[in-house]
Amino acid sequence: MISAGTIAAAARELNFGQAINEAIRLEMRRDPTIVVMGEDVAGGAGRVHLGFVDAWGGPLRATRGLITEFGPQRVLDTPIAEMGFLGAGVGAAMSGLRPIVEIMFVDLIGCCYDQIMNQAAKMHYMMGGQIDLPLVIRTAYGTRGGDNRTYGGGAGAQHSQTLYSVLAHIPGLKVVVPSTAYNAKGLTIAAIRDNGPVVILEHKFLGLKAKGPVPEGGYTVPIGRAEIVRSGHDVTLCGIGRMTHICLEAANSLLSEGIDAEVVDVLTLSPLDESTILESVSRTHRLIVVDEDTPTASMARDIAARVADKGFDYLDAPIKTVTAPDTPVPFAAVLEAHYTPGPEQVISAVHSFFGTGV
Amino acid sequence: MTLIREFEERLKWLVETGVPVGAVHYYTGQEACAVGVCAALEPTDWIASTHRGHGHCIAKGVEVHRMMAELYGKSTGTNRGKGGSMHITDIRTGMLGVNPIVGMGVTHAVGAALSAKVRQTRQAAATFFGEGAASIGAVHEAMNLAAIWKLPVIFVCENNGYAQSTPVEYAVVVPRIAERAAAYCMPGVTVDGQDVLAVWGATAAAVDRARAGGGPSLIECMTYRYYGHHQGDDTRRYRTKEEESEARSRDCIERFRKQMLAMGTLSQEETALIDVKNKDKIDEAVAFAVASPLPQPGDLLTDVYVSQPEGRE
Repeated sequence: MISAGTIAAAARELNFGQAINEAIRLEMRRDPTIVVMGEDVAGGAGRVHLGFVDAWGGPLRATRGLITEFGPQRVLDTPIAEMGFLGAGVGAAMSGLRPIVEIMFVDLIGCCYDQIMNQAAKMHYMMGGQIDLPLVIRTAYGTRGGDNRTYGGGAGAQHSQTLYSVLAHIPGLKVVVPSTAYNAKGLTIAAIRDNGPVVILEHKFLGLKAKGPVPEGGYTVPIGRAEIVRSGHDVTLCGIGRMTHICLEAANSLLSEGIDAEVVDVLTLSPLDESTILESVSRTHRLIVVDEDTPTASMARDIAARVADKGFDYLDAPIKTVTAPDTPVPFAAVLEAHYTPGPEQVISAVHSFFGTGV
Repeated sequence: MTLIREFEERLKWLVETGVPVGAVHYYTGQEACAVGVCAALEPTDWIASTHRGHGHCIAKGVEVHRMMAELYGKSTGTNRGKGGSMHITDIRTGMLGVNPIVGMGVTHAVGAALSAKVRQTRQAAATFFGEGAASIGAVHEAMNLAAIWKLPVIFVCENNGYAQSTPVEYAVVVPRIAERAAAYCMPGVTVDGQDVLAVWGATAAAVDRARAGGGPSLIECMTYRYYGHHQGDDTRRYRTKEEESEARSRDCIERFRKQMLAMGTLSQEETALIDVKNKDKIDEAVAFAVASPLPQPGDLLTDVYVSQPEGRE
């Protein structure tokens, strides 16, 4: 593993999708049992004879170009049949392959949830440990709120959800949420090398916007570890995925008021790195969890509950959560921007602790 | 077939005498389907099973004493007591799992066939499902994938006439489920599932086609389960006594035994000896299960996540 600090001077920058692409490409070169499956992961795969190949490559373009290097035996465009092809991924993972299956948007897991909840997650335990299940499920999630210029509007209630908790709730499933190009590559490689099922949630907004230094070779960012991405001593802001960037924006603004916020990037939802969060809270004595998901039965409240349970004595104030409201994601850009937590709500939560200055 | 029958009859006796073996679905009556299919497979081939899976396991070579220990919830069971009847799995014999979420095993067999094709191993995969599962979307998605990718998989529909209590003529509009193969441009045949040689012949042809790169096939086996859907199901609420008697008159074991005797392949003494050996084997399986240790409380928390071998980073 390479620490984020040592790569700041890396010669080149990649965007989030390119970093994931490179992770998959490097691993596929190392291991011939890795296959990529999903809707339009190549795009146009059946039309090689007309000169059409590699038409799309997924919402983040993370699989673009893979078919030209690895061929249609290992980069499989699928019909629109999430239950069927994710099931094939589960079966293939039980029998010698290491499939990377793309569910185009997390909103579509309703079409294949049994394969995640009842099949992939439980196989190893239910079968008494006799099989490994090296399966990666990649899926794009999140709103485009806060930047309605990106697409001229949102994607509405069925293509913008976050749905962390319905994945993290299931024992046996590892769930990771990268936030930068660097950790997207490292977590993707770690997920591919993991011998159990791992879900990678890739934020659409980050996929298009996040760009940063990425080392060229293979490296892993360990699953199950949170990272303190900004040190501070007044309050811990705990962010997930895109919300980590919102926390950093809020922290930068708060500095002008003399409030020094620490930012923890959760990175893995399950198994959750409680100790990093608790250690941070033990120094800052205040916690705000910032989560793009709806709040009922959410990661935000799960993290809050764990800290209340195990870190109550550290706290000088009640734990706050900043989340989307308990509503479907609205379409209109103005509503979507209100739906998605932004730095203002985080700052406002911090002000509830300190007023407008320390 | 006779070992499957003996296993299930003993299990039924255990259930009825109050031994806590969990929820079970007896395979009795359908033995020719599992045996005919598995006889046409190699040990390295894969099968995926249904909730009614004991027969498939035994036909593929899973050891009955480990199965019985699993039903007793013992640490010596196939799944170390963490699966039970509805999750018996034995990866060493190519048994990908009993699977009680109807239709899901079919998708896993397609995945195993994909694995065989990508890794160029010449393995085939067979998947059992009931006529009830023929209405599950995942089954059709899996068939379509197998067809477009020309995967070496054999879809075996065991049509026993009832999805729990729902009769096939209510739930399926085509006269023969095998006709649905046409939608995926694969061969579809209906065979007498009480005739083990007919099942074996149809499967052998499908396996040859699969290994030659010809893609999937669908075989519908017309069969009958002698008992209820599960151990507590009263069939008299949806089936007539006459229908059940008529079905039993076509018993697959009796039929095959008569064929063997008529052909002189087996003598009366030899068939009697097989029955004695089966009884002994199941006696031993029960004794092994009873004597085996229970899981330790700490086992509750093991194998939730797949552990990573050292150095694999």
